[in-house]
Amino acid sequence: MDIIIAGIGQTPVGEHWELSLREIAFHAMQEAMREAGELKPQALYVSNVLAAQLSGQAHLGTLLADFAGLRGVEACTIEAGGASGGAALRAALQAIQAGHVDTALVVGVEKLTDKIGPAVENALATTLDADYEAVHGLTPTAQAALLMQRYFHEFSPPEYALGGFPLIAHAHGAGNPNAMFRKAIKESLYQRAGMVSAPLNMFDAAPDADGAAAVLLARADLLPPDLPKPPVRVVGSGAATDTLAVHDRPDPLAFRAARLSIERALHQAGITRQQVDFFEPFDAFSIYAALSLEAAGFADRGQGWQWAQEEKIGLRGELPMMTMGGLKARGNPWGATGVYQVVEAVLQLRGEAGENQIPNARVGMVQCLGGPASTAITHILARD
Amino acid sequence: MEISRHWRLKKQRYALIGEVCPHCEAKIFPPRDVCPECGDEAKTEFAFSGRGKVYSYTTVQNAPQGYADAAPYTVALVQLDEGPMVTAQLTDLGSQKVEIGMPVEMVTRRLRSEGDQERGMLVYSYKFRPAEFQRLAVAAD
Amino acid sequence: MSETHAKPRLLTPSRPVGIVGYGAYVPRYRLPAQEISRVWTGGMGGTPIQEKSVPGPDEDTATMSIEAARNALARAGDVDPAEIRAVWVGSESHPYAVKPTSTIVAEALGIVPYTQAGDWEFACKAGTEAMVAAMGFVGSGMADYALAIGMDTAQGRPGDALEYTAAAGGAAYLIGPAEEALAVIEGSLSYVTDTPDFWRRAYQKYPEHGQRFTGEPAYFKHITSAARAFFEVTGTGPQDYRFAVFHQPNTKFPTRVATSLGFSREQFETGLLVPRIGNTYSGAAIIGLSAILDVAEPGDRILMVSFGSGAGSDAFGLRVTERLPARRQRAPFTQEYIARRTEIDYATYARWRGKLVLK
Repeated sequence: MDIIIAGIGQTPVGEHWELSLREIAFHAMQEAMREAGELKPQALYVSNVLAAQLSGQAHLGTLLADFAGLRGVEACTIEAGGASGGAALRAALQAIQAGHVDTALVVGVEKLTDKIGPAVENALATTLDADYEAVHGLTPTAQAALLMQRYFHEFSPPEYALGGFPLIAHAHGAGNPNAMFRKAIKESLYQRAGMVSAPLNMFDAAPDADGAAAVLLARADLLPPDLPKPPVRVVGSGAATDTLAVHDRPDPLAFRAARLSIERALHQAGITRQQVDFFEPFDAFSIYAALSLEAAGFADRGQGWQWAQEEKIGLRGELPMMTMGGLKARGNPWGATGVYQVVEAVLQLRGEAGENQIPNARVGMVQCLGGPASTAITHILARD
Repeated sequence: MEISRHWRLKKQRYALIGEVCPHCEAKIFPPRDVCPECGDEAKTEFAFSGRGKVYSYTTVQNAPQGYADAAPYTVALVQLDEGPMVTAQLTDLGSQKVEIGMPVEMVTRRLRSEGDQERGMLVYSYKFRPAEFQRLAVAAD
Repeated sequence: MSETHAKPRLLTPSRPVGIVGYGAYVPRYRLPAQEISRVWTGGMGGTPIQEKSVPGPDEDTATMSIEAARNALARAGDVDPAEIRAVWVGSESHPYAVKPTSTIVAEALGIVPYTQAGDWEFACKAGTEAMVAAMGFVGSGMADYALAIGMDTAQGRPGDALEYTAAAGGAAYLIGPAEEALAVIEGSLSYVTDTPDFWRRAYQKYPEHGQRFTGEPAYFKHITSAARAFFEVTGTGPQDYRFAVFHQPNTKFPTRVATSLGFSREQFETGLLVPRIGNTYSGAAIIGLSAILDVAEPGDRILMVSFGSGAGSDAFGLRVTERLPARRQRAPFTQEYIARRTEIDYATYARWRGKLVLK
């Protein structure tokens, strides 16, 4: 059964001090529903990681269905760490494929600014293994730094080899009105940046921020002929897990789940990775971008860093990546991030990406990760 | 208060007590009920020597709540001599530079105070320090 | 005041006992006395020692006791931790006011659950108090092994004379049957009076002390009386001991007391660690003993006299057995702990030891 994305919506990513969780979520939901015209969602899947801890709010499915005027639809929250957005999309696809519903709305929302101070670090650290990682003072950023340190030790790339990922992301962010950072940065700025968790500097980590994004899915055969926007099909979906704790992996530098999820998604789509026109990776940290390229098979092991250059991943590059700024420049609103990636890919496939438009984009691959590919979920989107 | 979740792990936290798989001899830490090597049930206790090597390390500048007193602190992935890898803090570094491959040994140290810094329960745990007393490490091999 | 009519009596258990395993611990950080003097007296004051040991920010009496006890067990041959029937930790710096340090140590060493566990307090002689109790516990036949520990992370008020010396460290002793001992305990004798030379009231962070009153009526009176009574009841004298060690709050006191009792520098310098690590309080006398056991030869006799403010002294006579030389190789020597050294400045010390007002 063909499933299409009939509507998308997003809020700018940033610090929305004046807006509540339900308000930013509604903004994205409303936009997606408006685009879908006559199609009304029969189910709501909310992607969120931190609301229970930072806003004191669980039970988001009912809250948001009620707030958005969808009282009566089935609704629940899907959580898979940073991969929550992909997981919620996949749950919606499965519900439609199984015939339980004809349409489903997916909204990813995160509100980090409801708490201020180190409590936010603690909340983020709950996505690690609480008893064996977080208790030792590890944070997601420090965990990424452990991988980066080891990567440089094993493969000896040049000192600032990963800097190209954030530099290109920032350049792309400049053309995205919803991005948190809309300004290109110079290489010298990257090289001078302060350490967050050495060797990981402040530009190697995407900023955590507020945001909400939504997509409305529907059975292709139910599409009204007068759908306002060109439909984009979801042609492949793949999900996989690895160990939650990085120390339990035989090879921590192999994003095994990332590889598996891509293989599964490509297989379902019936294409090879060479047929993918652009790739939205989960660049929460520069090192994730390199390891994701290696896991996907685009780069050999230890060579992912060589892709951190304009000719490779720029908008006119071999495989454009982070086309709307990626997590680094658009911002990382955890539970919403996976949905933002899909929304951005849809803009590219519809030809609505403005100054960031990739020429002839027909097939896009979107991958979100929970932790260092502890969960990995990949979707392949295509335009007709 | 989170007393129980620390209390129930005290053997592994204080003394690196893990498991050995009765089927394939794999040494397991942290203890889990299914052997990660062969998939069979594993519940036999095994005391790790506490010796290992640094696989990777980093320094945490932005500490979460409860860890600010110790910041900046160094966290590492430590490959234990018996096989498993653990995440743990490095301690007693003094001015010593950490390097990947550096031999380390387990010590039991104060990790944090649970809840209030002055009034909360103290959480103790394994940490690792640069291997000292080479005379003894050689004798044990 | 009239002299007491009481007669000294040697404490000897019916079943001979000894030290079956021993282990020291000294944290690696050092604060030079000159650095303290720089902050408080413009570097002009005299200093009672060279430098003192300072615990790292993640160390306390429990963690330090665990390491010393691990060393003691490593030297104890094949003793099954589950056969140890008491874990007694003497300290005036237990991490909790209420909740035993000893249960943490017992758990970490695998000594739980069929054991006694308790914390002892008698200022600087809490460790030897636990050792005498352990002698009785094993000597009565109630148990085969008992673990006695003296360990402290002592604090002196910033700028006070005590700040120069209040240090961290100690030792652990596994007491067991004499036939398994590295050193047989020939007997002990205690001398105790109510003498308020030094104290810390409940809920107070820093102790008070009687300044010059801590000398003659307290330290010297009790150590000398205990040692002399010990000589009397055992029919021994300084010439019978190859080594002697006394509570060491500074360099001057133990040197003077040893000399006045008739000991030569050669006899007491091995155990005199205070110039390089400071006063480790409950650990002070017994870490001196561990340094002696690291070098003593079979047949050597050792006199140890502790002192705890408040006040009292425990005297012990020990005789080294032929098991010691091989067995002591199994754990770090006291001098190895002292040799590993990272110097810190007063600011770091102030942060680590909770001397900065953060809220």
